Amino acid sequence: MNIDFLDGNEMVALGAFEAGCNFFAGYPITPASAILQQMIDDLPKHGGTAIQAEDEIASIGFCIGASMTGKKVLTATSGPGLSLYSENIGMAIMGETPMVIVDVQRHGPATGSATKDGASDIQFARWSTSGGYPIIALVPTNVEECYTMAIQAFNYAEQFRTPVFLLSSKEIAMTRERVDWSKIKKPEIINRTYHKPEDGKYIPYRFVNSEDIPPFAAYGGEELTRYTTSTHDENANLLADPVKIQRMMDHLNKKIDSDKISLVVKDFEEGAEILVVSYGVTSRTAREAIKMARANNVKVSSLVIHSVWPVPEKEIKNALKNVKKVIVPEMNAGQYIYEVQRLITNNAQLIGVNTMDTRLINPEKIYQAILS
Amino acid sequence: MSTTVAPASSFLFEDKKFPFCPGCGHTVSANALNKALVTLKIDPKQTVIVTDIGCVGLTDHYFNINAFHGLHGRSITYATGIKLANPGLNVIVLMGDGGLGIGGGHFLNAARRNIGITVLVFNNFNYGMTGGQHSTTTPMHGITSTTPEGNEENPVDICALVGAVNGSFAARTTVYDKDLTDIMVAAIQHKGFSAVDILEPCTAYFAKKNTMDKEGILGLMTSLGYEKGIVINKNREELTEKIKKHTAQQMAIVASKQKEQKQFKHNLIKKTSLVIAGSAGERVISSSFLLAYSGIISGLFVTQKDDFPITVMTGYSVSEIIFSDEEILYTEIDKPDYIFILSMNGYERVKNRINANTIIITDESLNMVELLKGKVDPKNIINIPIVKEARVIDKNYAVMIGLAAFLHHSNLFSQDAFVEAINTKNKPAFIEKSLQAIEVGAQMIKSLVNS
Repeated sequence: MNIDFLDGNEMVALGAFEAGCNFFAGYPITPASAILQQMIDDLPKHGGTAIQAEDEIASIGFCIGASMTGKKVLTATSGPGLSLYSENIGMAIMGETPMVIVDVQRHGPATGSATKDGASDIQFARWSTSGGYPIIALVPTNVEECYTMAIQAFNYAEQFRTPVFLLSSKEIAMTRERVDWSKIKKPEIINRTYHKPEDGKYIPYRFVNSEDIPPFAAYGGEELTRYTTSTHDENANLLADPVKIQRMMDHLNKKIDSDKISLVVKDFEEGAEILVVSYGVTSRTAREAIKMARANNVKVSSLVIHSVWPVPEKEIKNALKNVKKVIVPEMNAGQYIYEVQRLITNNAQLIGVNTMDTRLINPEKIYQAILS
Repeated sequence: MSTTVAPASSFLFEDKKFPFCPGCGHTVSANALNKALVTLKIDPKQTVIVTDIGCVGLTDHYFNINAFHGLHGRSITYATGIKLANPGLNVIVLMGDGGLGIGGGHFLNAARRNIGITVLVFNNFNYGMTGGQHSTTTPMHGITSTTPEGNEENPVDICALVGAVNGSFAARTTVYDKDLTDIMVAAIQHKGFSAVDILEPCTAYFAKKNTMDKEGILGLMTSLGYEKGIVINKNREELTEKIKKHTAQQMAIVASKQKEQKQFKHNLIKKTSLVIAGSAGERVISSSFLLAYSGIISGLFVTQKDDFPITVMTGYSVSEIIFSDEEILYTEIDKPDYIFILSMNGYERVKNRINANTIIITDESLNMVELLKGKVDPKNIINIPIVKEARVIDKNYAVMIGLAAFLHHSNLFSQDAFVEAINTKNKPAFIEKSLQAIEVGAQMIKSLVNS
């Protein structure tokens, strides 16, 4: 028998080990502290280094430095800590740094409710830093997905040389569930592409087509390399030429594309004119409501979004076909509903089911919206 | 393959000239660094120059060495990450007094943890890049654009900061001193954190508005009582050396082989929820875990979540468990099937969820029959002497007694599964008394049924 009883934080850590994570820096914050703890306890057993930094700014700073030596790095925090990460998230985007940032969301702005659940940071993750450049964010709905999506997050970080968010939340992070390892499909591990000597002189930020990812060279390797937070040319020199600046900015914009990054779970019912679009722990509540509806012969389809950023537009558009009512339940004031709204091309009615009382959305509320 | 390369006579790009203002101290310091690196015969591939924002942040571009140019005041954090990840590298931070101000916490912590990086502070008493505003090292009464009447604040003593956290190396010198290169060499060679406070004129601003030429800088040092040369030089083990040892020890630990997981059958007919409401220190959460885990090895889907105040050693301690034979989607327990109340703290936390159909398992001393009169049918209250019987074993096992009572009342799965969970997932010291406790709880329900 290969069954465990684990919570989402433990599963994130196990996923990170499986992905080959070998550097972690973090700072304690509820409900993410257990990830820091497990990394301190167990990462050295895998030969990696885990350290508690003096604050969140240092945590992400350590991670960025370590990533550029070739490490696969992870940090974990919650909303208030993510606020402190902000500037360095921008730098990680600009410098093209592979890293995984776990945000175990909790309720409310500022300190909010430290031990309570909420989907507070869905748009915050998207726009968490100045400049407005694309990011990748994955949202698990249960503990098993904390594991598989941690691996997937590392894969995307490595593949696209960018920070990738794993947006779990208190409810998933701190609720133990049955884990059946025999049923878990591990993603194949992807590592960043390194510069090869036969490709000639190493140029740190070289790309041919806008969407290309510059090959990587680590500090301490055979190539000299440069990293920069500033708008730069391919040699990491400061740029002043508007044409070159535009080209470089297009690159950051185009390399993250929902044609390449699009993870959804479709449960469409033939002839259904009602669609529920959901993410995170609320997807489970939604599934419960959909079960109730179907048991009462109400046809309803479901689209669960695992990669909330970039918005899987094609999948959402496809799901919206022939739909007359769209329900978007969220444990916030309504953050993702507008991403759905802008993709609606007919007169479909759009209903948000929103709670911010720290409890999960009751399935009955979504069921009532389906019936309404 | 390693190739022998002739020692470099300079690490500066031949076709680039430093961009600093005429007479700026940065040019002197940067050239001194180049000389120091030549003297040390460093391998540029094994060296990283880390800079942040300000005029000094332009410096790394002029060296044909690995470079990292980061955010204002955060260079020490990047350097720390680089060093932690690859301790073999020489990691040299070039920062200004501005970076020191904004990243003062990182400076203190890097010195405190004795991470083997070198921090060279190009200290010219003001922000040269943004128009000559005051910084944390601007001397008292210094004139800057934001202190037009003279600075009212005390300047920070960089070497004293290192001393304040028992740091291992600090030095101070000026761009007028002949030992500038030698001090840099000593700082880079030092095993552990090293900082050099390099006093410089900012010819664009601070030196102009204040008489901060050579005489001025020397006078300032005298008036502040600043020592020159190597001020602190201690032999303390460097952080990555300690981490290396720790990692080696941890990697040598062989994971204990997991025992074969036994499987049990369950008797669950419908999804069943249990809320355990007690107080801190009663082992509510750890005991609940054992019951929940026994549900898992009985083939059930189970969720467990816990609720306690942030001051963990006081107040309520609540655990919530759902048992089901299919995937549990909604993990809230709005209407618990069972509530096990062991303390008034716990009762207060969960009382709003008690309804007419809730089965209450409780300790008779809490007088729940009276308290829940009219709310819960008395026949749904299992009022048993949990605390009294626990004292016979050990008061810390009251929760285990109550959980066993729940298991025998609900008959969700066999006690053998609970015993297995206790034997495999409990701390060894707790096993014997746990087993005694669940036997006591089982007997209580049996005698209730018989009476």
